[in-house]
Amino acid sequence: MDETASYPPIEPSNFDLIVIGTGLPESILASAASATGKTVLHLDPNPFYGTLYSSLPLNELTSFLRSQSQPLTPENDESTQLLTLPLYSSIEINSLSSEPIENSRKFNLDLSGPRVLLCSDSMIDLILKTGINQYMEFKSVDASFVGDAEGNLGSVPDSRSAIFKDRSLSLTEKNQLMKLFKLVQGHIGKESGEDDLISEEDLESPFVEFLNKFGLSQKLKSIILYAIVLADHDQDNLENCKDVINTKSGIDHLALYHSSIGRFPNANGPMIYPIYGQGELPQAFCRRAAVKGCIYVLRMPVAALLMDKDGLTYKGVKLVSGQELFSNQLILAPCFMIPSRLTPAAQVANSYDVGRRDAKEKVARGICIAKSSVEPEAANCLVFFPPKSLYPEQKTTVRVLQLSGNVAAGPSGMFVTYLSAMCDNAVEGKKLLDAAISALFSLPICGNSENNGIEKLSENTDSKPILLWSALYIQELTMFQDSFNSISFTPLPDEHLHYNNLLDATEKLYQKIYPNEEFLTQTNLPEEPVDDDSSELD
Amino acid sequence: MHGRPRKAPTQEEQEASSLKAVKLRELQSQLLNFHRNKIYTKEAVDISTKLLESNPEHYTGWNYRKLSVQNLLESALDSDSVQSILDEELRLVENALKQNFKSYGAWHHRKWILSKGHSSTDKELRLLGKFQKLDARNFHAWNYRRFITALKEIPDEKELQYTTDMIYDNFSNYSAWHNRSVLLSHLMEAREGHSGKENVLGEEFEFVRSALFTDPDDQSGWFYHLWLLYQTLKREPLLITSWPSTGSNIQLSVNGYLDGQSLLPVLHFQSKARKYPIILCFNEAVEGVCSSTVTVECEYHAGDDLIWTPLSANKLDFAQAWLTYLNFPDEVNSLKPYSVKITVAHVPGITSLSGAPCSTTHTSFTVCVPLHDLKHAELQTMERISWKEEKFRACATQPQDANLLHSLGNFKITMENKPSASDWSMETIFTEIAHCRELLSATDCKIGKLTLARLLMAHNTLISYSRPNDGAEIHYDEILALYRDLMKMDPKHLCYYEDEYSLALLKQLTSNTESLLKYSYEYQESTSPSMKSSLCLRLNGLSLSRLGSMECLLWVQMLDLSHNKLRSVEGLEALQLLSYLNLSNNKICSFTALEPIRMLKALQVLDVSYNEIGAHSVDSSRYLCSSPMNHAVGNDWNFEEFANGGIKLNDHWDAFLVFKDLNLIQLEIMGNPVVNDQLKAFLFKIMPELKWLDGEKCN
Repeated sequence: MDETASYPPIEPSNFDLIVIGTGLPESILASAASATGKTVLHLDPNPFYGTLYSSLPLNELTSFLRSQSQPLTPENDESTQLLTLPLYSSIEINSLSSEPIENSRKFNLDLSGPRVLLCSDSMIDLILKTGINQYMEFKSVDASFVGDAEGNLGSVPDSRSAIFKDRSLSLTEKNQLMKLFKLVQGHIGKESGEDDLISEEDLESPFVEFLNKFGLSQKLKSIILYAIVLADHDQDNLENCKDVINTKSGIDHLALYHSSIGRFPNANGPMIYPIYGQGELPQAFCRRAAVKGCIYVLRMPVAALLMDKDGLTYKGVKLVSGQELFSNQLILAPCFMIPSRLTPAAQVANSYDVGRRDAKEKVARGICIAKSSVEPEAANCLVFFPPKSLYPEQKTTVRVLQLSGNVAAGPSGMFVTYLSAMCDNAVEGKKLLDAAISALFSLPICGNSENNGIEKLSENTDSKPILLWSALYIQELTMFQDSFNSISFTPLPDEHLHYNNLLDATEKLYQKIYPNEEFLTQTNLPEEPVDDDSSELD
Repeated sequence: MHGRPRKAPTQEEQEASSLKAVKLRELQSQLLNFHRNKIYTKEAVDISTKLLESNPEHYTGWNYRKLSVQNLLESALDSDSVQSILDEELRLVENALKQNFKSYGAWHHRKWILSKGHSSTDKELRLLGKFQKLDARNFHAWNYRRFITALKEIPDEKELQYTTDMIYDNFSNYSAWHNRSVLLSHLMEAREGHSGKENVLGEEFEFVRSALFTDPDDQSGWFYHLWLLYQTLKREPLLITSWPSTGSNIQLSVNGYLDGQSLLPVLHFQSKARKYPIILCFNEAVEGVCSSTVTVECEYHAGDDLIWTPLSANKLDFAQAWLTYLNFPDEVNSLKPYSVKITVAHVPGITSLSGAPCSTTHTSFTVCVPLHDLKHAELQTMERISWKEEKFRACATQPQDANLLHSLGNFKITMENKPSASDWSMETIFTEIAHCRELLSATDCKIGKLTLARLLMAHNTLISYSRPNDGAEIHYDEILALYRDLMKMDPKHLCYYEDEYSLALLKQLTSNTESLLKYSYEYQESTSPSMKSSLCLRLNGLSLSRLGSMECLLWVQMLDLSHNKLRSVEGLEALQLLSYLNLSNNKICSFTALEPIRMLKALQVLDVSYNEIGAHSVDSSRYLCSSPMNHAVGNDWNFEEFANGGIKLNDHWDAFLVFKDLNLIQLEIMGNPVVNDQLKAFLFKIMPELKWLDGEKCN
């Protein structure tokens, strides 16, 4: 029928674990399991690594988005067929110039951007611990900005020297901000038994109230809450805020942010990004898994699950090639769906999503391509549009990550910009992203120049980059299927800018499957001491 | 690089280091041998390489190296071989610096090689870049950078940008701030005119302000701020006060006391030779005061043979106060006032320590010289001064005293084309005061408080330049409160704060006549009508630890400084009229601390009882002052004359030094650990005019 049939059969046919999908959580799990000596088979129906976490050429990204948005085909009662869940919706591709498409293969576009690594976060620790940094290279994100509806970008004074240099802050603001930073450092650095610098009561109260008590200006509060602590929801509106950040977690995040600055001598700021895109991460974990004996087969769709006689107990999988493979455990990427007949209680939100207060929440993602930078002085940078900064009803932060050719996001001379924002529905999500896009970019002047709106836009925004291509899509954040007996689902790409929550969920999942096994212990590679890892950074 | 704890060496490390020492000793003796015999063979030079690479602190090694390079260069045939000789030296220094990047010898050697002019300065800058990364505050590297940039003639503006970049990177970089101040000094000198300097300083104040507000606890920015403050206040030296004071009418007498009834300040000077002092006080120490730079015009006296003496305890040619004597020959004796006019710095020659020339000023006064009534002077019998409280009577209520004091206190010089404080410096200080207050309202920070106190003092000084005698007591209470706060907050630097507090307090007290009047008393020893009362300035019990504002007290003849915390009496040397001085119950801990008193030729009564002289067995200051050991005491050192009777030079040279030239009639010295009968006998011996010692009458 197709080329999959020509695959040689996989040997052996019995495994401890079969993993389907090569997204980041699946790859970490495969790597962790094979590190403890489990026999693991890692399959992916796609011809590339990364599944929902991959970085793809432009054309492939569009077709993957579309393939993951098909409505479910009515299922056959008897079937144990593995289905594809429609994770993406309202896909909107806008091609204003043919140039990006002509260079399609030169792009490495992230499916679940924007996302970066904080130099001291748990993901970097895991990367160093497992030694997979030998497969990757990073560049630092040069700067962070806070934007407004007009597209004015204000710098984020996130360190002592940045506060000193900043020309937009008043002297009092400089003083207050540094005082806060020092307090946080003191609080984090204090020995147990020393007097608490911040009272227990304060730690439990909303962070925004703590900042108010500190007397910070609205501008500084907004910088801290949305550009450093990375809050999604409007913290000033505590009653309606879906996720109030308390002082403890606010301070923990500030501390994480600060300890990230200067961890690697050649990283300018607290954040770094992998060259060739996020998709490098799952690939690197897969390579490590392969070194430990995990078997990899790409382009290998699974036709159906094999169940026991009772029809409820998992036994193995049947490949499209017809081969039947057996394992004790099965891990599935969240884009797969098993027939509801098999699940004991369908429509139960996945256990990682239980913490989510509002199951309706989705994340709107966008990718823009332009030929100049949104900020002339920074090639790779972050822009934050805090709630209410774009328009009065704006409820959530829009986060923007611009990457240049020097991280191979696209051909040199092109800039790729990722956007994301939490939303309740596609209309809201699109509105958020559109507002951010029109603040940052100008649209090319098309044939219909009678249109006053466009003319006005181009007048005001002479210096703004001209948008060449964009893709907007809404991604689900909640999965209505949970692990049961031997089948587990990995978490969906979340709304965060970092990997911390994903990594936590992945580790929890691993411990649920293998309660007695260690999760990725330190590898000692004598020829590659951990200390030298920074040399991998540009 | 900084703030690393020192770890105790392990057993192995100790063994390794003793092994290394053995090796080094061997190399060292070989090198010294080559050096002595002037052997510069390749083998010998290699030995020195080995030695210096493992121990760059071996100075003789570097000297040997220089000799050998010179030797090699003499026989070098072409430029290539010269180059290779010098390159080898650079390589050696690089290796030595790897061993210790703060080795003076190695850095010096590199400078020496570079100054030969055959090596690439670009390479040096790249090397410096590496050192900067390793330790941004390595002052050796910064020094060397200044050397290279001068050699390469890199413009100061470009280097200034470099310091800006370094400071942006981390504003705790003292070295970068320092280099900035060096570069700006050059640039300000080069840019003629005030507006250039004002613009530069204005921008710099703004630049450093960001650092101060961002992290007020970091001292590097504050140091730079202090430098900027000095630049703002910097001005040419000028004459600020004189004795006799400008416009005063002085009646001279030989009989002893200021005459309270005459409403005229009457100068007593006990000289039988009819010599009367003139004192000039400048705002800072100057040199070059002499008969050619200072003209004294007097009806009977041309004044060009006057000899000006610096009044400074430390014998340098610089002093804030200068003294000369006017001679009134016997034929000059009438009640007709003679007018005396003094012109200072009408020709260049008087300069400050920094070389700035003094601006021209005039002062004039009149003098009445009475008949030479020697008999009257002789008749005056002195009674012992007891300094008892009941003998003092406050002057504040006596109108005639107020008048007297007013004429005495009218001391400020009025200058022709007076260089008033520029509006710019005043404005700058105002701005800085406002910012400092803003910062302190947000942060309680020691160095901020200290800076505010300094700024307020600077402000007062500027005001006193432009509006003397207007009695503005601005900010003094605030300054004093700041220092009191600092003493509590930062007890480690208590002594410094006490000194600054004392200076501010004295400045406040002397700022106008009204306040001086509060501290002025009439003193009368006995009720007998033959005894005239004396005007006494009582600055007792004020917690003073240091003296200042002496330029405002040149007229004082009787001074009570008892019950303070004085550790030094530096400054008193300017009070040439002082006859009675009470220093009892202070913290003076050696005779050498009294050295300024040596210059008070009019002093008759001295009370240094209940101090700490001799209480500290080790007194390091004893050897910092003039002593027979450092040959600073001159040719009149005739200690041996008194050295009989069991007095040893070792024990009492300092007492001898202070007292031998004084003409004391009364001395109180009890309550000091040093006092014993032997010392007392010695003091009687060296001061034959002494009548009372600790209340005992001498025969």
